[in-house]
Amino acid sequence: MRAATLVRHVDEALAKARDPRAYITDDGKAEIRICAGTACHSSGRPAVTAAFKEELATRALVDTIRVVETGCHGFCEQGPIVVLWPSGLFYPHVRPEDVAGIVEASIVNDGVLQKRLYKDPETKQRIAHEKEIPFYIGQRRRVLALNGKIDPYSIDDYLAHGGYTALAKVLTDNDPAGVVEEIRRSGLRGRGGAGFSTGTKWYFARSSHGEVKYVVCNADEGDPGAFMDRSVLEGNPHVVLEGMMIAAFAIGASEGYVYVRHEYQFAVDRLRKALAQARERGIFGDGVLGSEFSFDVRITEGAGAFVCGEETALMASIEGRRGMPRTRPPYPAVEGLFGKPTNINNVETYANVPWIINHGADAFAAEGTPTSAGTKIFSLTGKVANSGLVEVPMGASLRHVIFEIGGGMLPGHHFKAVQLGGPSGGCLPESLLDEPIDFESLAAAGSMMGSGGMVVVDDSTCMVDFARFFLTFTAEESCGKCAPCRVGTGHLVSILDAICAGKGELADLDRLERLARVVKSGSLCGLGQTAPNPVLSSLRYFRDEFEEHIVQKRCRAVVCRDLVVYRIIPGKCTGCQRCVQVCPTEAITGPRADAHNLDPDKCIKCGSCYEVCRFDAIAGDAILIESRGQHAD
Amino acid sequence: MAAVTRPQPELDDLPASSPPIDPWAQIVQGFDGNRSDLVPVLQRAQSLLGYLPPDAVRRVARWLRLSESEVFGVATFYAQFRFTPPGRHHVRICLGTACHVKGGVQMLETIQRRLGVGAGETTADGEYDVERVACLGCCALAPVLTLDEAIHGQMSVLKLQGILDAEASA
Repeated sequence: MRAATLVRHVDEALAKARDPRAYITDDGKAEIRICAGTACHSSGRPAVTAAFKEELATRALVDTIRVVETGCHGFCEQGPIVVLWPSGLFYPHVRPEDVAGIVEASIVNDGVLQKRLYKDPETKQRIAHEKEIPFYIGQRRRVLALNGKIDPYSIDDYLAHGGYTALAKVLTDNDPAGVVEEIRRSGLRGRGGAGFSTGTKWYFARSSHGEVKYVVCNADEGDPGAFMDRSVLEGNPHVVLEGMMIAAFAIGASEGYVYVRHEYQFAVDRLRKALAQARERGIFGDGVLGSEFSFDVRITEGAGAFVCGEETALMASIEGRRGMPRTRPPYPAVEGLFGKPTNINNVETYANVPWIINHGADAFAAEGTPTSAGTKIFSLTGKVANSGLVEVPMGASLRHVIFEIGGGMLPGHHFKAVQLGGPSGGCLPESLLDEPIDFESLAAAGSMMGSGGMVVVDDSTCMVDFARFFLTFTAEESCGKCAPCRVGTGHLVSILDAICAGKGELADLDRLERLARVVKSGSLCGLGQTAPNPVLSSLRYFRDEFEEHIVQKRCRAVVCRDLVVYRIIPGKCTGCQRCVQVCPTEAITGPRADAHNLDPDKCIKCGSCYEVCRFDAIAGDAILIESRGQHAD
Repeated sequence: MAAVTRPQPELDDLPASSPPIDPWAQIVQGFDGNRSDLVPVLQRAQSLLGYLPPDAVRRVARWLRLSESEVFGVATFYAQFRFTPPGRHHVRICLGTACHVKGGVQMLETIQRRLGVGAGETTADGEYDVERVACLGCCALAPVLTLDEAIHGQMSVLKLQGILDAEASA
């Protein structure tokens, strides 16, 4: 096909793909944007949407204002979130009973419902608009730009916001090698954790010979505490599909797979519907947008194995086998899925691709640091005031993310550590908060970028127990193929178990370090090679806590069950009997109005009495959990 | 498609299974019979049957021309598949990072104490089965558990006891 004809074909096809009757967001019509991400759904989104629709119907406003369910707005802790457009008014924690008031104040009239606005936890000021909220001010939402704006079920909405124009551009330029070069020049690195240059990966896949090549999207987001990929898929599935398509065009593939966790039912559903729409409009399938390029995608639901996030294991799983990794080389770019050259990238990596094509490699590289270009999404959780999804330029400091965007610690909590990179990452202490977030700095500090989980913990988290938690997870998820990982992680757990139980010895710390190095260097895949990171980083920055457990048999965070005791403070107990009623083992006894007794031999340390005393009882603080070897009163 | 499409065995050739799997045709509908269909077919079987009874494993194996041990080996590798019937109510307890930090283990223990079964088990009366999951993905609501379709966030031992009491008296 001649170039001019091709350009015309693609332009016509893209224009034809739009349905002029379909509604699009941002077309000037007023909108009520309700977050339909998983967290907002769990906190009551369906009832809120129904209430808005009903309220609009009652007031005969259905034709003048639209209710749109969008992808994740990111501020998950404030859910369900409702944003009014074009005013940009932001209403958090909306309950069905608030709806009438919001419609009356901000839709029928031009005001705000003051008492339902977001309240800054620090200044106690009410903030009306999304763009004025500190959580959003410090961010640079590029991949998430359309999340919270468009309807993920509407391809027309995506098209109206510039969707698939990057695809049209690469098809009309018709220079696959140029696309690979553009991505390489942008400095984009894999967002799944390892940070390998995406352009280089594409270059290898393009250089491999083969009639059949594959493009795979790794959406097996298994790290506990990470939900970046899910939010992108839920909020804007087309951007990922477009990125995959551009990759396929660049390397010469005609078939693709998205491997997504079956637990992510919303994401799977939206992805399937997006794909069906794109096929219907001639964007997927034979002769994409009237060109000679053909590409289609299948969706494979992962069946729940963490190791399948590793690329060779993931491909084995798609092939219908046990998801066990194999040695590399050959790399997937040479010999991948079904033995064919395969390019495999993470969700967020593909989601960056259309932006790079539309704005150019230089504009992409202008954000971030010289070695880590662009932005990165993090899921910020734990004891931080504002938990949710955060997108910042690479090179931003941890302090900026946690204390400015995240709003600092929850009231009354003191920062102890931030855990990055999930089970493969490590804990960093307060002294490293000014480190920039980029691949090299985090690795040098003993943690890693990982996929973007960021869990903030305070004094109530025991670092030994925390390291044990991650190791227990990786030990259980180890596929068992290689001995360093299968046996090594199990031993690391048993040493940590002993330390948590107060049965450790100082020599255990050297054993841990030595064994951790063996597991790191001897394991077959990334799971084993990174599994010891939580132990090594905790030993590096929080060694004193390990020593306390061993020498003083003391857990300062009062977490390790074998090292803590429950005690009733006689002077404070009013004898209200609430704790007696909830104790499952009858460990607490005592007549009404007299201070109760707690039998430590019967106590299973379940926490029921502590909780009931704090929230339900008259005294409020008569039950104390304390570590052995420490005295209070 | 790179994988070779094998000739499919006739379903009538298979021995009558006991108990019969009624939705068999539904289980394999739309699949080509490639090896790469194995996991999706098992997923479909489980979603229709509630679990993977030995008979389902056998029929899937025959249909894909694989040994039963091969199919069983794949199925047991993945956490999604269960081989015992589920309870009438399904409890899932999240023990992801955020939930661990906020006391998810105590939720699991409370369940164990109340129902007498641990993770991966079903109560003797078939009322409840308990599953622990690595992350439900709503970390901002930690600790989280689900009872059937309902998601219960920011749980405490007492709130959980209240939920179980309400269920028991319902």
